[in-house]
Amino acid sequence: MSLRVTGAVAGRVLRQLRRDPRTVGLMLGVPSFLIVLLHELFAGREVVFQHVGGPLLGLFPFVSMFVVTSITMLRERTSGTLERLMTLPLAKLDLLVGYGAAFALMAALQASLVSAIAFGLLDLHSIGPVWVVVVLAIGNAVLGMALGLFMSAFASTEFQAVQFMPAVVLPQLLLCGLFVPRAQMADWLRVLSALLPLTYAYDALAHAIRGSFDARFALDVCVTVGATLLALVLGALTLRRRTP
Amino acid sequence: MEIQPGITVDGLRVERNGTRVFEGLSLSVARGAVTGLLGPNGSGKSTLMRAIVGVQRVQGGTIDVLGEPAGSPSLRSRVAYVTQAPSVYGDITVGENLHFFSRVLAAPEASIEAALRTVDLLGEADRVVNRLSGGQRARVSLATALLGDPELLVLDEPTVGLDPLLRRELWDTFHGLARENRAVLVSSHVMDEAERCDELLLLRDGLLLATGTLPEILERTGAGDLEGAFLRLVDEAAP
Repeated sequence: MSLRVTGAVAGRVLRQLRRDPRTVGLMLGVPSFLIVLLHELFAGREVVFQHVGGPLLGLFPFVSMFVVTSITMLRERTSGTLERLMTLPLAKLDLLVGYGAAFALMAALQASLVSAIAFGLLDLHSIGPVWVVVVLAIGNAVLGMALGLFMSAFASTEFQAVQFMPAVVLPQLLLCGLFVPRAQMADWLRVLSALLPLTYAYDALAHAIRGSFDARFALDVCVTVGATLLALVLGALTLRRRTP
Repeated sequence: MEIQPGITVDGLRVERNGTRVFEGLSLSVARGAVTGLLGPNGSGKSTLMRAIVGVQRVQGGTIDVLGEPAGSPSLRSRVAYVTQAPSVYGDITVGENLHFFSRVLAAPEASIEAALRTVDLLGEADRVVNRLSGGQRARVSLATALLGDPELLVLDEPTVGLDPLLRRELWDTFHGLARENRAVLVSSHVMDEAERCDELLLLRDGLLLATGTLPEILERTGAGDLEGAFLRLVDEAAP
């Protein structure tokens, strides 16, 4: 791996984003709009907003980063640029980490903006420090991004890539503990839930907002980071220099 | 002076999607010359080039490139490759594309301007690639291969559909690169381009019909042009 090449990839991805202001606008605007919508939906039921709104600071970026990265990486695979890159002095991890760095920056902007709105304007409260919540929200986004990079290997068209959103993201969202606490799930669902990375990313965020920085929180953070790294490594394995 | 190795292909076997493309193809490409890889569409030109730059999965045989097996990591900064379809990023500018590739190759900033001048795109550096014509896009792709200091250039149909004047200039560029003791392998399905090449590899249906200079091939076949020579060689090969 080389810092120069990784930086080149990150810089190029950011330039691609800069040339596409509508996408950037949607990435920043949609989660902000949704959190306001949610606040209005639960007007007068502050306890519910408190319970749902906090974790959503991470779940929105998770979903949007998953979609954006899987499509961007798929474009790289189908446009011939990936084959060209594979003939250049560029390590596979240069490419993935470069993508990761660029989208992590976007994720940081997105999570910071949504958090600023939720804590500043919508009376969301966090017992744990707000910066920890923001960092965890970015972590959620980076996890989504890493899964998106990995999943793009299994899509050969953009239609398929878009379908991975409901196929890969929605089950994780349903089973992460937001809709039904994990303790109340049927046994097999709880086992399934324990196998999905978003469960831990969500749980870490929920713990931080409650201010309970216990052993479970430490486990959540470790599993989230581990799953992100694993997805990046698996993503690197799907990049082949030689193709049939 | 010791002759530096160019490309040596020996007994190459390649299958794509269950069909045989090459069944024991052998050929060589020298440094210091522009070698034309000529043949109709579907003859295996692109597959051969992909094998030489090390992105094609091969079933057998050896390919030696600049003294190393094709696809060796150390070759990645010594070999430049231009795919047939332009492989550049459409949503950023010409200059941004070249800047990216030059950083990956650790090529000096000055080589960007030189490459753009060569493909006659100096005035379009600030335009987004997707807004360019097809020919201009192909030239952006070609410019990325001129960055750095490659010892071998593998160019898949780089002049197709371009203005004749620019085509002549590009061939001059290729010969200039060859004079610096680089190996230049250029494919084309246009037989007329043969006269611009020092050496020819005539490919049809995965088989090497003929090699040599244009006059040599014409003399051997008694044909007036390469098209005629091609037809006679096909007839000879048929049982």
